[in-house]
Amino acid sequence: MSGQQDAGSSVSEQNDAAALGGRPPSTREGTSPGRGRELLGGGVGRNAGLVLALLLLCVVGYATAGERFLSVDNFLTILRLAAVLGVLAVGMTFVITGGGIDLSVGSVLGLATVWASTVATQTMAQDTHWTVMVFTALAVGTAAGLVNGVLIAYGKVVAFIATLAMLIGARGLAEIISGRQNQIVEVDGFLDFFRADFLGVPVLVWMFALVAVAGWVLLNRTTFGRRTVAVGGNPEAARLAGIKVQRHVMYLYALSGLTAGIAAVLMLARTTAGTSTHGQLYELDAIAAVVVGGTLLAGGRGTIAGTVLGVLILTTLTNVFTQNNMSISAQSVTKGVIIVVAVLLQQRFANRSSAST
Amino acid sequence: MVIADPPAPLLQMRGIVKIFPGARALDGVDLEVRQGEVHCLLGQNGAGKSTLIKVLSGAHQPTEGAVLIDGEPVTITDPVSALRHGIATMYQELDVVDGLSVAENVYLGHELSAGGFTARHRLARHARALLDRLGHREISPNREVGTLPAAGKQIVSMARALSHDARVIVMDEPSAVLDAGEVANLFRVVRDLSAQGIAIVYISHRLEEIREIGDRITVLKDGASVASGLEVAATTTPDLIRLMTGRTVEGTFPERPGVPEDAAPLLEVEDLTLRGVFEKVSLTVRAGEVLGLAGLVGAGRSEILETVYGARRASSGTVSVAGAPVRPGSVHRAVDAGIGLCPEERKSQGLVLDEAVYRNITLPSFTRFARSGFVDERAERAVAREQVTALDVRPADVDRAVRTLSGGNQQKALLARWLVHGCRVLLLDEPTRGVDVGARAEIYALVRALADAGAAVVVVSSEIEEVLGLADRVLVVSEGRVVHDGPATSIDEHGVLDLVMEGRVA
Repeated sequence: MSGQQDAGSSVSEQNDAAALGGRPPSTREGTSPGRGRELLGGGVGRNAGLVLALLLLCVVGYATAGERFLSVDNFLTILRLAAVLGVLAVGMTFVITGGGIDLSVGSVLGLATVWASTVATQTMAQDTHWTVMVFTALAVGTAAGLVNGVLIAYGKVVAFIATLAMLIGARGLAEIISGRQNQIVEVDGFLDFFRADFLGVPVLVWMFALVAVAGWVLLNRTTFGRRTVAVGGNPEAARLAGIKVQRHVMYLYALSGLTAGIAAVLMLARTTAGTSTHGQLYELDAIAAVVVGGTLLAGGRGTIAGTVLGVLILTTLTNVFTQNNMSISAQSVTKGVIIVVAVLLQQRFANRSSAST
Repeated sequence: MVIADPPAPLLQMRGIVKIFPGARALDGVDLEVRQGEVHCLLGQNGAGKSTLIKVLSGAHQPTEGAVLIDGEPVTITDPVSALRHGIATMYQELDVVDGLSVAENVYLGHELSAGGFTARHRLARHARALLDRLGHREISPNREVGTLPAAGKQIVSMARALSHDARVIVMDEPSAVLDAGEVANLFRVVRDLSAQGIAIVYISHRLEEIREIGDRITVLKDGASVASGLEVAATTTPDLIRLMTGRTVEGTFPERPGVPEDAAPLLEVEDLTLRGVFEKVSLTVRAGEVLGLAGLVGAGRSEILETVYGARRASSGTVSVAGAPVRPGSVHRAVDAGIGLCPEERKSQGLVLDEAVYRNITLPSFTRFARSGFVDERAERAVAREQVTALDVRPADVDRAVRTLSGGNQQKALLARWLVHGCRVLLLDEPTRGVDVGARAEIYALVRALADAGAAVVVVSSEIEEVLGLADRVLVVSEGRVVHDGPATSIDEHGVLDLVMEGRVA
């Protein structure tokens, strides 16, 4: 350690190497290396680990399902399925990095699909333009997120409870509006746009990519992202530095609501119907993807690249199981195990790298 | 009594040293506690009392030194082993669980049970016996602890110590939360306990209390015991004050050029009140002036700073900077008006520990470097690097997580933050707590340089010598009121201590 203190400029190079193992655990005060520059918002090495895990999963997929798994069509299917969860998880990454949690995203997604596909909305869309449906979904999502945000930031309701209430309430509202019926999407413009391919890749996948890139830029390159990390890392220090912490927390939940609205649009396009059961348990998959990706559940560190990899891992896993006609139950068990193993591995990796420097 | 071989003292600590990264919290403490005595531990804030207690209670392991019980060396590895050795600790913030009953709190951690089920009646009976022994028959073992006043919680805490068959009970400022009547009762209980052969290590700031209850005194200063086992009856109060405060950092304070008579008032605070904490505090700091705020912890010093800064909403009163009023209760507005605060708790209030040094430095000002919402890390790094070099922050690496810096360097990073932001009024709360002597001198010089450059600086410190050495003018706060306001050269440490301890208006 003392050697590092004297080393001056060479320290940052060492740290870049040390950062491969991700951030050292907080308890090793005074012996942990600095993080150095982070190109991907998290340790590059940790992301490499996730890529490795994803490749491993693909090998398993090929070994068990052969050509059926290893086809361009199948990969596009995986990506199309990943799109909805991925968009939710990007929003969730912001909330969790900012020190919060949003349990309501799945329900809000369901509510937004229902609201955007009511007879009234679809009629208006047909009379004017199909984007009316899109704006409806985004508005519903953002409004629900704002309600969460106001309750949490200004009403001082614990995030877990506020968003749990929204989870229950939004689902109920979706059921009331839809009468528990499937609402088939009949606006051709909407379906034509979102179900098309662009450069051989489905528009849904492009949307996911767009949201992920925008999320990455927002988190790593903007003042909004900087505030998010500061608020999640130490809200009191952020407040005493003059950052409007309450307002920012509200924005974070509104952002998560907005991504739930975007995910609702993608879901409507993929399934061509709006229903109150859309998005059930997606909030848990989104949180799992974020955590597997390496975002700190306690806040203060987030990685969009990690989240995208986490989403791909979970979705590919589902695909491998489906290809082999294995039960949903076995799939859930495996998912649970993978989440725990991923988190344990990351912790061990972090411990080792800080101990060796 | 026959003079034979004196029995080994109940508890001995010899040459205890405790080193934290970047700070020597304890630097050679000797303590000897005899059976059945009330042994007072005296020292200013930061003298090492809390660390010593934590070593005794097993929360910290000493870096060097030995602990002996009945003359046998022991190793206290954790709180459970401290209790096994008969040492119980009553912390200032009482560690009782409000939602549990009195009896459950007394036996917390060593619950009485029968085959895995709580033995409720036996529990209540045992707790009742312990409360009787403390003379507090009126507290029902079944009462919920949350409904008890602080004094009652203390009794529960003591009963817990007795339930562990404690031979030494460490009490950390037990009187701080009590009113006069409750203190009298506390003393009665302490006397009873010592009559039963239990040794009490009693910590307090209040000299008169120590005179009343103590048998012997050990004085701590700068992490070392400067006097061990003085007989209370044979020691005068001025002697104690001299022992507590004897100067050590003399000569490290920068020259005070004196504030020109015509210097404009920069920070004006008028009749600022935070109900229940402080009343009608008025102060004016001119450009180029350093104002020192002295007083005990809990006297309202930090709260005054935080209220001026807008982190707490004042009940009444005004704050203005260079004649322009600042909207109360908004840190954001205060920062905009040019006020900066380096808070008391550097780690929990000041820094985002896992973020890079440069991001901590630009925390209030990164938006200024940003272009249409996009941060400019290159520019941020550049200004941060400039300050890191100017303030000699070590290591000079702005990308390192601020957590890995020593206390003094973290404090410099906080000062750099406000230098980058460019504030006119700087509020410093305990700027040298946990900072080693070398870095202290640098921080003093920096504070003075800032004032010389035209800033108004307010320094809160528990170390009176620091306030007197650094400030141009000193304000003494006692129990939420300003009891003295005058040039630093017109009052000495003794005078300040008198005011602080007794709240007497000079």
